[in-house]
Amino acid sequence: MNLLYDERLDGPLTKTDRQTLLAEMRAAVPDLEILHAEEDLRPFECDGLSAYRAVPLLVVLPARIEQAAAVLRLCHARRVPVVARGAGTGLSGGALPLEQGVLLVMARFNRILELNPAGRCARVQPGVRNLAISQAAAPYGLYYAPDPSSQIACTIGGNVAENAGGVHCLKYGLTVHNLLKLEVLTIEGEPLTLGADALDAPGFDLMALFTGSEGMLGIVTEVTVKLLPTPRVARVLMASFDSVDKAGRAVGDIIAAGIIPGGLEMMDQLAIRAAEEFIHAGYPVEAEAILLCELDGVESDVQEDIARVRAVLERAGATEVSLARDEAERARFWAGRKNAFPAVGRMSPDYYCMDGTIPRRHLPRVLKGTAELAEKYGLQVANVFHAGDGNMHPLILFDANQPGELERAEALGGEILELCVAVGGTITGEHGVGREKINQMCTQFNPDEIGCFHAVKAAFDAEGLLNPGKNIPTLNRCADYGALRVHGGKLPFSELERF
Amino acid sequence: MSVDIVNADCSADLLTRVEAALASNTPLRIRGGGSKGFYGRAVDGAPIDTRGHRGVVSYDPSELVVSVRAGTPLADLEAVLADAGQQLACEPPHFGAGATVGGMVAAGLSGPRRPWVGAVRDFVLGCRVITGQAKHLRFGGEVMKNVAGYDLSRLMAGSLGCLGLLTEVSLKVLPLPRASASLRIAMTPATALAKFAEWGQQPLPISAACHEGEALNLRLEGGEGSVQAARERLGGEELDAGFWRELREHRLAFFADPRPLWRLSVPVHAALLDLPGDQLIDWGGAQRWLKSDAPAERIRAIATDAGGHAACFTAGMVDSPLQPLPAGLLRYHRQLKAALDPKGVFNPGRMYAEL
Repeated sequence: MNLLYDERLDGPLTKTDRQTLLAEMRAAVPDLEILHAEEDLRPFECDGLSAYRAVPLLVVLPARIEQAAAVLRLCHARRVPVVARGAGTGLSGGALPLEQGVLLVMARFNRILELNPAGRCARVQPGVRNLAISQAAAPYGLYYAPDPSSQIACTIGGNVAENAGGVHCLKYGLTVHNLLKLEVLTIEGEPLTLGADALDAPGFDLMALFTGSEGMLGIVTEVTVKLLPTPRVARVLMASFDSVDKAGRAVGDIIAAGIIPGGLEMMDQLAIRAAEEFIHAGYPVEAEAILLCELDGVESDVQEDIARVRAVLERAGATEVSLARDEAERARFWAGRKNAFPAVGRMSPDYYCMDGTIPRRHLPRVLKGTAELAEKYGLQVANVFHAGDGNMHPLILFDANQPGELERAEALGGEILELCVAVGGTITGEHGVGREKINQMCTQFNPDEIGCFHAVKAAFDAEGLLNPGKNIPTLNRCADYGALRVHGGKLPFSELERF
Repeated sequence: MSVDIVNADCSADLLTRVEAALASNTPLRIRGGGSKGFYGRAVDGAPIDTRGHRGVVSYDPSELVVSVRAGTPLADLEAVLADAGQQLACEPPHFGAGATVGGMVAAGLSGPRRPWVGAVRDFVLGCRVITGQAKHLRFGGEVMKNVAGYDLSRLMAGSLGCLGLLTEVSLKVLPLPRASASLRIAMTPATALAKFAEWGQQPLPISAACHEGEALNLRLEGGEGSVQAARERLGGEELDAGFWRELREHRLAFFADPRPLWRLSVPVHAALLDLPGDQLIDWGGAQRWLKSDAPAERIRAIATDAGGHAACFTAGMVDSPLQPLPAGLLRYHRQLKAALDPKGVFNPGRMYAEL
């Protein structure tokens, strides 16, 4: 199914003439950098979900917050949709432009405004890169905890929009748990402060609501993040298993022993082999699965935890457990995991990364189900994931140059996500719905729940101008998607009018 | 589950009550144990009691997730978790024997551990809620990471029941710490604040830090090794661990003062505030309790100047116990309330007169 904006399903958009809007924008926002020539717009046609591309009407690159507010006011007045973008590393098409819309690039706002060691916080502009915050905080023995794998490039504004995760979420939380305050602009260009420099703010928790809202409720213009003291030590254990089942069960056993690892990652055989060939991390290529368990904190506690985790892993049937002897070996163990996606990319012309999250107890069942689905579609799937929090990242291998393979990969991905929902999980743990999983939202939520989401959206953006078509499907789209997926003669959303 | 608690699903009754209220435009005053009735404004509405809808829906300790009905006594939930060696790490206050889980989430109040582990909001993973359209809906889920749709479940935390009737919540739970120690060191409040700032930048296993009267009180939690090492390094005398429960429940002598109680939420690094009354510093500096007869405007001005806000915790003292919102923010609060509760039946006026 083509996921580009479809007015029939996603709702009508205002038709705007590029040259007219350009002239108005130039008049309304002096000094604003505006891209309008086809060759200048082209680099912005997609984000990390590069299978889908759309050339925006205009790209604007404000350098001052007042310019961003003026852009929003003009777009609101002219009913022109606005899609915000940071570094464009998102994997779900959240920053996929609209042909009838303006792309608002926030990457120029890249200054760290304040670093406050006593307050353990940093006030930064939205275009600051995730890793740059931790680098700036490092001299004070502090860091910013959420670490999505794109952290070298991705921006904090995008992290807020997506509620980004990473490998340390189980212990340190998601983006939402590591924020104090947001400055945002509404579609009307009105500034709002959400959250506070204190640990809470009066009123509804709009900061939590905006975090992960995918640029649909407002545009983030400033972020105050919490900083944590850098753990004194971090050690990593690698355990090999002769079955994926045993590895999956070992994950639950570690948690049940009262240990919250800093990171707990799992890779299956295909992923292990790919990573080993690429990085030479010292992974056991004959193993069916490996677990990487990082324990961080104060030296004495970490020593205790290593002994406990080792015992749990051995009881769970690990064929080998090894502790990284030094920092170099620890870095190597992690290098294999962190490069697993590109490593898999070497094995296949294209791959498609899924992001379902499930209750951990269902890991063996979902891994088995995924393997069966992969066989049904005749495609290979490598599994690399955040096992500690049940966040699966099946990588579907395919070749987009082979007719029909992209469609098959997407159909397989969709079924994997529906399996995650069926066991009580969710279609997306950290990558966001964006455009990519817009149809699967209809599986996870019923029409009343989706109706509630639309009501919330309308409370902040009545005309639906911020990032239309993302995150929340229209009920028409769900009806159309349901029509393609009739189960047992019963049509989902049967109360809706048909086209 | 070896702890025996009552299980009953009364969601159908609650839904019927909400349907009737919507049909007759009757405002509802949502109540659980009534232990936090003092918080916020008084609601003029027909009481709807959640306590019949109670019990643990699902709990698997190895998932670190519990799903529990809103009317469940908080004490019951804590007993179930403790039996499995786990806890609600945000340490919510009960403020009365009958406190319920729904009330805990709706009030969104957290205990002494909050700065280090997070607030009630941070532990909410999902919820079921009866909306202003009389629909019983589910948001979020039972997994640690979930970014599908807007985060309406975390929005419910601290919403004082103004956005819908919570019927069930899924909460992240954590293991009880392996070791714990509490200590007391005599020092002035200003010195204590300086110490909090210094220690906050170090990986110390601090899980509570309060200055009361003449001394700093600290709790250390973690592995045996780190707790012992920190205990030796910091010195002081041993403090009874029951202190933290008495602090959380406002049962220390400080709280017996007959003057109104105010809570000031300020940046963790805010200096010692010159407050018109007696104060107790909690949350390593981020929460200042004040006993004062001073006018609300004066107390709020001090809190605002310090970068925070103030709420009155004594019922009936001021018209708006919670700090009023700026006009822009209030407008969006009203629009959000109208979106989820168009007829305004859920706890009208509990948070602000305009909501």
